Amino acid sequence: MKKKSQKIYFGVIMAFLYLPILYLIAYSFNDGKTSVWKGFTLKWYTALFNDAQIMTSLYNTLIIALLASVIATVLGTLAAIGIYNFKGGVRSAIQNVSNIPIVNPEIVTGVSLMLLFTFAGTLMGFEMGFVTVLLAHIGFCTPYVILNVTPRLKQMDGSLYEAALDLGCSPVQAFFKVVIHELMPGIFSGLLISFTYSLDDFVITYFTRGSRFQTLPVQIYTMTHQRINPKANALSALLFVTVLVFLIISNAVSSRKDTEAAR
Amino acid sequence: MKTKKSAYLSPKNRFSLETVKRRRDSQAGIKSKRPAIPYLGWMLVFTIIPLLMVLYYAFTDDTGAFTLRNFVNIADYSHIFLYSLYVALISTLICLVLAYPMSFSISRCSERKQSIIIMFLMVPMWMNFLLRVYAWVLILQSYGPLDTLLQLFGVDVTLIGNTGAIVVGMVYEFLPFMILPIHAVMSKIDNSLIEAAQDLGCNSFFVFRKVVFPLSIPGIISGVTMVFVPTASTFLVAQYLGGDQLMIGDVIERVFQFNHNSGSAIALVLMIVILGFLVFMNRFGDKEAVGR
Repeated sequence: MKKKSQKIYFGVIMAFLYLPILYLIAYSFNDGKTSVWKGFTLKWYTALFNDAQIMTSLYNTLIIALLASVIATVLGTLAAIGIYNFKGGVRSAIQNVSNIPIVNPEIVTGVSLMLLFTFAGTLMGFEMGFVTVLLAHIGFCTPYVILNVTPRLKQMDGSLYEAALDLGCSPVQAFFKVVIHELMPGIFSGLLISFTYSLDDFVITYFTRGSRFQTLPVQIYTMTHQRINPKANALSALLFVTVLVFLIISNAVSSRKDTEAAR
Repeated sequence: MKTKKSAYLSPKNRFSLETVKRRRDSQAGIKSKRPAIPYLGWMLVFTIIPLLMVLYYAFTDDTGAFTLRNFVNIADYSHIFLYSLYVALISTLICLVLAYPMSFSISRCSERKQSIIIMFLMVPMWMNFLLRVYAWVLILQSYGPLDTLLQLFGVDVTLIGNTGAIVVGMVYEFLPFMILPIHAVMSKIDNSLIEAAQDLGCNSFFVFRKVVFPLSIPGIISGVTMVFVPTASTFLVAQYLGGDQLMIGDVIERVFQFNHNSGSAIALVLMIVILGFLVFMNRFGDKEAVGR
């Protein structure tokens, strides 16, 4: 009996989470603009792929996410190593400042960067756009890299690095062969988190993008703000399938790793 | 390969106490604070200075002279401020009530099953948040599916453009952020603790009261934080679902379009309220941890 009520509750929550998305997807195939079903069509998908603006935004989003996550990963990994060597109060002070972009409301981070960029822009004569969005994204991604790398540093055995030096590695070689190798799982999850956060960011991008530069989330905003747009439904369907496939693959890979580790 | 070997045998690099010492010194590589320098500079330019600029703008007028008028002006928005906190509170409570039993039953499943369920909870989370709000616009709109369904039963209510719609949107956005942290601590509760409590004569209420609930408090605290903060400060959800009703995030965006000074003052107050909330939740968490 208890099991049954549990299952029903599960079902209700999952339905609450998935029905709205499935409804969106279903209506991406509707040959009409309202909630009245007028027959099956793929025209919104063709319209989506033929929309040059949307394709440019997709391209921008991917480039920003790629650059921001890679730069944040390098910056954050180095920072994690350096910060780890500070002691006590100084270290926790640095960590607290580093976490500000995580704990602060996104909108405050967004407007504060907008103030900085408009001020610097009038001073040095540039407009907000690709570069300012990239800088903003690196800024909110790096703290996540640090949070992922630091626990690995704590686990690392410092004598491994010494051993590498004693065996004739130069410090640079030892750094890449031992330290980076040991930190790799943390670095990788930091990279992945940065990439997905950058892909999905709307608020901070919105305030730092200037008037012309578009990313996909900003494009979604212009598409759906105060009107119904079936192209947005089609886009949702594609995003949903992408996310689902990606998560299923990563889940399968990690569970296989688990079973291998168990053996 | 060749060069490496010869370098190794060269008299300069011969193994002596001195080279060992030199190598230890060059541990600078990982024992040094230097790798943090670029990021320390970064934080100064892109975290600290922007916040100082918010502070500066909040306390000056458009000529740059010191003033407190911005804070007097934002008194006009105090009801929106309170409204945002109210919506955040209601949404957080609903999320907590919905998430708690869900997290508990997930945590009692087998590990394999748990990771699959968690995956399915994360799929909607990874969808763009505007599309998720937009889904609710489609569902709740007049002549939308829910409206039509209710009309069939003779119920005639406006579903969109009110606080209820905003709360539904918020709960939908942030429910996984409540389930995941609570589940994370609950999955670490050892089944034998529960069994021990049962063996010692606890009925299921006391098992919950004495074992499960106290151990789940850290998860509740981080879940509440992860839902309350974005709900109180988010923008656009109200614009999509709330009709004319705005929340404080929307106000910041609108005011910033014509007045950076007043906008900064509101942003500053929001930041202080949120930081106060975080400190409060942290204290609360520490006290609970000590109490145990």
